[in-house]
Amino acid sequence: MAFPLSDVMAPPPASPAAVPTTVKIVVAGGFAVGKTTFIGSISDIEPLSTEAAMTEHSVGVDDAGGVTDRKTTTTVAMDFGRIALPGDLWLYLFGTPGQDRFHFMWDDLVTGAVGAVVLVDTGRLEDCFPAVDYFEARQIPFVLAVNCFDGVARHAIEDVREALAVRPETPVFYTDARSRAATKQALITLVTLAMARIEG
Amino acid sequence: MTTTEPDRPDPELPETRSVRPYTMTGGRTRPRRAYLPIEALVRRVGTGPTDGLDGQLAASVSPERRGILDLTTDAILSVAEISAYLALPLGVVRVLVGDLADCGRVVVHAGRPPSQQTPAENFKVLESVLDGISAL
Repeated sequence: MAFPLSDVMAPPPASPAAVPTTVKIVVAGGFAVGKTTFIGSISDIEPLSTEAAMTEHSVGVDDAGGVTDRKTTTTVAMDFGRIALPGDLWLYLFGTPGQDRFHFMWDDLVTGAVGAVVLVDTGRLEDCFPAVDYFEARQIPFVLAVNCFDGVARHAIEDVREALAVRPETPVFYTDARSRAATKQALITLVTLAMARIEG
Repeated sequence: MTTTEPDRPDPELPETRSVRPYTMTGGRTRPRRAYLPIEALVRRVGTGPTDGLDGQLAASVSPERRGILDLTTDAILSVAEISAYLALPLGVVRVLVGDLADCGRVVVHAGRPPSQQTPAENFKVLESVLDGISAL
Protein backbone atom coordinates (compact mmCIF):
# COMPACT_ATOMS: atom_id res chain seq x y z
CA MET A 1 0.00 0.00 0.00
CA ALA A 2 1.48 3.37 -0.94
CA PHE A 3 0.96 6.45 1.19
CA PRO A 4 1.15 10.02 -0.05
CA LEU A 5 3.88 11.86 1.83
CA SER A 6 1.30 14.26 3.25
CA ASP A 7 -0.14 11.37 5.23
CA VAL A 8 3.04 10.83 7.14
CA MET A 9 2.11 12.05 10.55
CA ALA A 10 5.05 10.91 12.63
CA PRO A 11 5.56 13.50 15.35
CA PRO A 12 9.05 14.95 15.59
CA PRO A 13 10.82 14.18 18.84
CA ALA A 14 10.37 16.59 21.74
CA SER A 15 13.78 18.09 21.13
CA PRO A 16 16.35 17.39 18.45
CA ALA A 17 18.57 15.74 21.03
CA ALA A 18 15.88 13.43 22.39
CA VAL A 19 15.83 10.25 20.38
CA PRO A 20 13.25 7.80 21.66
CA THR A 21 14.25 4.39 22.94
CA THR A 22 12.37 1.72 21.02
CA VAL A 23 10.99 -1.51 22.37
CA LYS A 24 8.91 -4.07 20.54
CA ILE A 25 6.36 -6.73 21.28
CA VAL A 26 5.39 -9.38 18.78
CA VAL A 27 1.71 -10.20 18.25
CA ALA A 28 1.41 -13.68 16.79
CA GLY A 29 -1.41 -16.04 15.95
CA GLY A 30 -3.22 -17.65 13.08
CA PHE A 31 -4.83 -15.89 10.15
CA ALA A 32 -7.77 -13.59 11.00
CA VAL A 33 -7.46 -14.22 14.73
CA GLY A 34 -7.53 -10.46 15.35
CA LYS A 35 -3.86 -9.41 15.37
CA THR A 36 -4.41 -6.14 13.53
CA THR A 37 -7.51 -5.36 15.60
CA PHE A 38 -5.50 -5.98 18.78
CA ILE A 39 -2.72 -3.67 17.60
CA GLY A 40 -5.19 -1.00 16.42
CA SER A 41 -7.03 -1.00 19.75
CA ILE A 42 -4.07 0.63 21.48
CA SER A 43 -1.77 2.04 18.78
CA ASP A 44 -1.26 5.81 18.49
CA ILE A 45 -1.13 5.46 14.73
CA GLU A 46 -3.47 3.58 12.43
CA PRO A 47 -1.83 0.19 11.98
CA LEU A 48 0.56 0.30 9.05
CA SER A 49 1.21 -2.54 6.69
CA THR A 50 4.59 -3.59 5.45
CA GLU A 51 5.89 -6.62 3.72
CA ALA A 52 8.78 -8.97 4.01
CA ALA A 53 10.06 -10.43 0.78
CA MET A 54 11.24 -13.95 0.44
CA THR A 55 12.64 -15.94 -2.40
CA GLU A 56 11.00 -19.27 -2.96
CA HIS A 57 12.25 -22.12 -5.00
CA SER A 58 9.27 -23.45 -6.85
CA VAL A 59 8.84 -26.44 -9.05
CA GLY A 60 5.76 -26.50 -11.21
CA VAL A 61 4.32 -27.37 -14.58
CA ASP A 62 4.29 -24.65 -17.22
CA ASP A 63 1.64 -24.01 -19.86
CA ALA A 64 3.38 -26.20 -22.39
CA GLY A 65 3.30 -29.13 -20.01
CA GLY A 66 6.99 -28.95 -19.20
CA VAL A 67 8.33 -28.95 -15.68
CA THR A 68 9.59 -25.57 -14.52
CA ASP A 69 12.13 -25.07 -11.82
CA ARG A 70 12.53 -21.46 -10.87
CA LYS A 71 12.80 -18.96 -8.10
CA THR A 72 10.03 -16.50 -7.43
CA THR A 73 9.93 -13.65 -4.98
CA THR A 74 6.91 -13.62 -2.77
CA THR A 75 5.94 -11.26 -0.03
CA VAL A 76 4.20 -11.62 3.29
CA ALA A 77 2.21 -8.77 4.80
CA MET A 78 2.89 -7.66 8.35
CA ASP A 79 0.88 -5.04 10.23
CA PHE A 80 2.25 -2.96 13.04
CA GLY A 81 1.47 -0.07 15.33
CA ARG A 82 3.26 2.28 17.69
CA ILE A 83 2.56 3.65 21.16
CA ALA A 84 4.49 6.59 22.62
CA LEU A 85 5.12 6.11 26.34
CA PRO A 86 6.45 8.64 28.85
CA GLY A 87 10.21 8.97 29.02
CA ASP A 88 10.70 9.02 25.24
CA LEU A 89 9.86 5.35 24.89
CA TRP A 90 8.29 4.09 21.69
CA LEU A 91 6.64 0.70 21.90
CA TYR A 92 6.15 -1.05 18.58
CA LEU A 93 3.66 -3.88 18.18
CA PHE A 94 4.41 -6.15 15.23
CA GLY A 95 1.78 -8.60 14.00
CA THR A 96 3.25 -11.67 12.37
CA PRO A 97 1.71 -14.27 10.13
CA GLY A 98 1.52 -17.44 12.18
CA GLN A 99 2.21 -20.15 9.68
CA ASP A 100 5.27 -22.37 9.97
CA ARG A 101 6.55 -21.38 6.58
CA PHE A 102 7.01 -17.79 7.73
CA HIS A 103 9.34 -18.65 10.59
CA PHE A 104 12.26 -17.41 8.51
CA MET A 105 11.10 -13.86 9.15
CA TRP A 106 10.44 -14.33 12.84
CA ASP A 107 14.08 -14.70 13.76
CA ASP A 108 14.73 -11.17 12.59
CA LEU A 109 11.56 -9.91 14.13
CA VAL A 110 11.95 -11.30 17.63
CA THR A 111 15.57 -10.24 18.15
CA GLY A 112 15.44 -7.83 21.05
CA ALA A 113 11.68 -8.18 21.55
CA VAL A 114 10.19 -7.98 25.04
CA GLY A 115 8.18 -11.06 24.17
CA ALA A 116 5.04 -12.09 22.36
CA VAL A 117 1.29 -12.06 22.76
CA VAL A 118 -0.08 -15.13 21.01
CA LEU A 119 -3.72 -14.62 20.08
CA VAL A 120 -5.84 -17.74 20.19
CA ASP A 121 -9.12 -18.54 18.47
CA THR A 122 -10.61 -21.51 20.33
CA GLY A 123 -12.43 -22.52 17.15
CA ARG A 124 -9.08 -23.01 15.44
CA LEU A 125 -6.80 -23.83 18.30
CA GLU A 126 -4.21 -25.52 16.11
CA ASP A 127 -3.48 -22.23 14.33
CA CYS A 128 -1.47 -21.01 17.30
CA PHE A 129 0.63 -24.17 17.71
CA PRO A 130 3.50 -23.00 15.47
CA ALA A 131 3.81 -19.76 17.45
CA VAL A 132 3.70 -21.56 20.81
CA ASP A 133 6.34 -24.05 19.64
CA TYR A 134 8.54 -21.27 18.31
CA PHE A 135 8.53 -19.12 21.45
CA GLU A 136 8.83 -22.06 23.83
CA ALA A 137 11.82 -23.45 21.93
CA ARG A 138 13.61 -20.09 22.07
CA GLN A 139 12.61 -19.31 25.64
CA ILE A 140 11.01 -16.04 24.59
CA PRO A 141 8.44 -14.79 27.12
CA PHE A 142 4.93 -15.15 25.73
CA VAL A 143 1.33 -15.09 26.90
CA LEU A 144 -1.71 -16.75 25.36
CA ALA A 145 -4.61 -14.39 24.90
CA VAL A 146 -7.84 -16.17 23.97
CA ASN A 147 -9.79 -13.77 21.79
CA CYS A 148 -13.51 -13.75 22.56
CA PHE A 149 -14.94 -12.57 19.27
CA ASP A 150 -18.41 -11.74 20.50
CA GLY A 151 -17.54 -11.17 24.11
CA VAL A 152 -18.59 -14.70 24.99
CA ALA A 153 -16.07 -17.19 26.27
CA ARG A 154 -16.88 -20.56 24.75
CA HIS A 155 -14.22 -22.56 26.50
CA ALA A 156 -12.94 -22.64 30.04
CA ILE A 157 -9.40 -21.29 30.29
CA GLU A 158 -8.24 -24.50 31.92
CA ASP A 159 -9.54 -26.50 28.96
CA VAL A 160 -7.63 -24.26 26.56
CA ARG A 161 -4.50 -24.57 28.66
CA GLU A 162 -4.81 -28.33 28.69
CA ALA A 163 -5.42 -28.51 24.95
CA LEU A 164 -2.35 -26.41 24.26
CA ALA A 165 -0.20 -28.22 26.82
CA VAL A 166 1.72 -25.07 27.70
CA ARG A 167 3.94 -24.83 30.73
CA PRO A 168 2.18 -23.97 34.01
CA GLU A 169 3.97 -20.61 34.24
CA THR A 170 2.67 -19.45 30.85
CA PRO A 171 -0.24 -17.03 31.36
CA VAL A 172 -3.44 -17.99 29.53
CA PHE A 173 -6.34 -15.54 29.70
CA TYR A 174 -9.33 -14.15 27.83
CA THR A 175 -9.02 -10.97 25.84
CA ASP A 176 -11.11 -8.89 23.48
CA ALA A 177 -8.91 -7.63 20.66
CA ARG A 178 -11.28 -4.69 20.10
CA SER A 179 -10.96 -3.43 23.63
CA ARG A 180 -8.20 -1.00 24.52
CA ALA A 181 -8.47 -1.95 28.20
CA ALA A 182 -8.19 -5.68 27.46
CA THR A 183 -5.23 -5.14 25.13
CA LYS A 184 -3.55 -2.98 27.74
CA GLN A 185 -3.99 -5.75 30.32
CA ALA A 186 -2.56 -8.33 27.91
CA LEU A 187 0.55 -6.20 27.39
CA ILE A 188 0.93 -5.62 31.14
CA THR A 189 0.76 -9.39 31.73
CA LEU A 190 3.47 -9.99 29.14
CA VAL A 191 5.83 -7.28 30.41
CA THR A 192 5.35 -8.49 33.99
CA LEU A 193 6.25 -12.01 32.85
CA ALA A 194 9.36 -10.75 31.03
CA MET A 195 10.47 -8.90 34.17
CA ALA A 196 9.91 -11.99 36.33
CA ARG A 197 12.09 -13.96 33.92
CA ILE A 198 14.97 -11.53 34.42
CA GLU A 199 14.59 -11.61 38.16
CA GLY A 200 14.65 -15.40 37.92
CA MET B 1 7.30 -0.83 -9.23
CA THR B 2 4.73 -3.10 -7.68
CA THR B 3 2.13 -4.70 -9.82
CA THR B 4 -1.41 -3.42 -9.56
CA GLU B 5 -3.01 -5.24 -6.72
CA PRO B 6 -6.34 -6.82 -7.36
CA ASP B 7 -8.49 -7.57 -4.36
CA ARG B 8 -6.62 -9.99 -2.21
CA PRO B 9 -9.04 -11.93 -0.03
CA ASP B 10 -6.28 -13.20 2.21
CA PRO B 11 -3.64 -10.56 2.90
CA GLU B 12 -1.39 -13.12 4.52
CA LEU B 13 -1.13 -15.19 1.39
CA PRO B 14 2.16 -14.53 -0.35
CA GLU B 15 1.96 -12.25 -3.35
CA THR B 16 4.21 -12.66 -6.34
CA ARG B 17 5.99 -9.58 -7.61
CA SER B 18 6.88 -8.71 -11.16
CA VAL B 19 10.08 -6.93 -10.13
CA ARG B 20 12.57 -8.64 -7.90
CA PRO B 21 12.87 -6.24 -4.99
CA TYR B 22 16.50 -6.96 -4.35
CA THR B 23 17.49 -5.44 -7.68
CA MET B 24 17.22 -2.18 -5.69
CA THR B 25 19.94 -3.34 -3.35
CA GLY B 26 22.34 -4.80 -5.85
CA GLY B 27 21.23 -8.26 -4.84
CA ARG B 28 22.07 -7.88 -1.17
CA THR B 29 19.53 -9.11 1.35
CA ARG B 30 21.40 -8.02 4.49
CA PRO B 31 22.68 -4.65 5.56
CA ARG B 32 26.45 -4.40 6.04
CA ARG B 33 26.09 -3.39 9.67
CA ALA B 34 25.44 -6.31 11.93
CA TYR B 35 22.61 -4.88 14.00
CA LEU B 36 19.80 -3.05 12.24
CA PRO B 37 16.47 -4.14 13.72
CA ILE B 38 13.23 -3.15 12.04
CA GLU B 39 12.36 -0.83 14.95
CA ALA B 40 15.66 1.10 14.61
CA LEU B 41 14.98 4.81 14.24
CA VAL B 42 16.33 6.70 11.25
CA ARG B 43 16.89 10.41 10.77
CA ARG B 44 18.44 12.25 7.87
CA VAL B 45 21.65 14.16 8.34
CA GLY B 46 21.37 17.67 6.92
CA THR B 47 18.44 19.26 5.16
CA GLY B 48 17.52 20.59 1.76
CA PRO B 49 15.67 19.02 -1.12
CA THR B 50 17.08 15.67 -2.09
CA ASP B 51 16.20 16.27 -5.74
CA GLY B 52 18.60 19.21 -5.72
CA LEU B 53 21.58 16.92 -5.36
CA ASP B 54 23.84 17.52 -8.26
CA GLY B 55 26.23 15.65 -10.48
CA GLN B 56 27.81 12.50 -9.22
CA LEU B 57 25.84 12.49 -6.00
CA ALA B 58 22.47 12.68 -7.75
CA ALA B 59 23.42 9.80 -9.99
CA SER B 60 24.29 7.69 -6.98
CA VAL B 61 21.03 8.35 -5.17
CA SER B 62 18.31 6.01 -6.41
CA PRO B 63 14.64 7.00 -6.14
CA GLU B 64 14.29 4.58 -3.22
CA ARG B 65 17.21 6.09 -1.33
CA ARG B 66 15.87 9.56 -2.09
CA GLY B 67 12.50 8.48 -0.73
CA ILE B 68 14.14 7.48 2.55
CA LEU B 69 15.98 10.81 2.77
CA ASP B 70 12.78 12.75 2.06
CA LEU B 71 10.81 10.84 4.71
CA THR B 72 13.41 11.26 7.41
CA THR B 73 14.16 14.95 6.85
CA ASP B 74 11.50 16.24 9.22
CA ALA B 75 10.61 13.11 11.13
CA ILE B 76 12.34 10.33 12.93
CA LEU B 77 10.97 7.03 11.68
CA SER B 78 11.62 3.35 12.19
CA VAL B 79 12.82 1.09 9.41
CA ALA B 80 9.37 -0.55 9.55
CA GLU B 81 7.54 2.77 9.08
CA ILE B 82 9.80 3.74 6.17
CA SER B 83 9.03 0.37 4.61
CA ALA B 84 5.28 0.92 5.01
CA TYR B 85 5.26 4.50 3.72
CA LEU B 86 7.45 3.75 0.70
CA ALA B 87 5.76 0.39 0.03
CA LEU B 88 9.14 -1.32 -0.11
CA PRO B 89 9.87 -4.68 1.50
CA LEU B 90 11.45 -4.52 4.94
CA GLY B 91 14.59 -6.30 3.87
CA VAL B 92 15.18 -3.85 1.04
CA VAL B 93 14.75 -0.85 3.34
CA ARG B 94 17.17 -2.34 5.85
CA VAL B 95 19.88 -2.66 3.21
CA LEU B 96 19.28 0.84 1.81
CA VAL B 97 19.18 2.46 5.28
CA GLY B 98 22.42 0.66 6.14
CA ASP B 99 24.04 2.06 2.99
CA LEU B 100 22.83 5.59 3.68
CA ALA B 101 24.14 5.37 7.23
CA ASP B 102 27.50 4.07 6.03
CA CYS B 103 27.94 7.12 3.82
CA GLY B 104 26.80 9.49 6.54
CA ARG B 105 23.51 10.59 5.03
CA VAL B 106 21.30 9.24 7.83
CA VAL B 107 21.84 8.45 11.49
CA VAL B 108 20.49 5.15 12.78
CA HIS B 109 19.53 4.82 16.44
CA ALA B 110 19.40 1.11 17.03
CA GLY B 111 20.64 0.84 20.59
CA ARG B 112 22.93 -2.02 21.44
CA PRO B 113 22.31 -5.60 20.37
CA PRO B 114 20.39 -7.55 23.05
CA SER B 115 23.44 -9.73 23.66
CA GLN B 116 25.34 -6.67 24.88
CA GLN B 117 22.67 -5.46 27.29
CA THR B 118 22.82 -6.42 30.93
CA PRO B 119 19.78 -7.92 32.68
CA ALA B 120 19.71 -4.86 34.94
CA GLU B 121 19.47 -2.53 31.92
CA ASN B 122 16.77 -4.68 30.37
CA PHE B 123 14.84 -4.72 33.62
CA LYS B 124 14.95 -0.95 33.87
CA VAL B 125 13.57 -0.51 30.36
CA LEU B 126 10.83 -3.06 31.05
CA GLU B 127 9.94 -1.22 34.24
CA SER B 128 9.48 1.99 32.27
CA VAL B 129 7.41 0.15 29.67
CA LEU B 130 5.21 -1.34 32.39
CA ASP B 131 4.73 2.03 34.09
CA GLY B 132 3.97 3.63 30.74
CA ILE B 133 1.40 1.04 29.64
CA SER B 134 -0.24 1.02 33.07
CA ALA B 135 -0.70 4.78 32.85
CA LEU B 136 -2.39 4.66 29.43
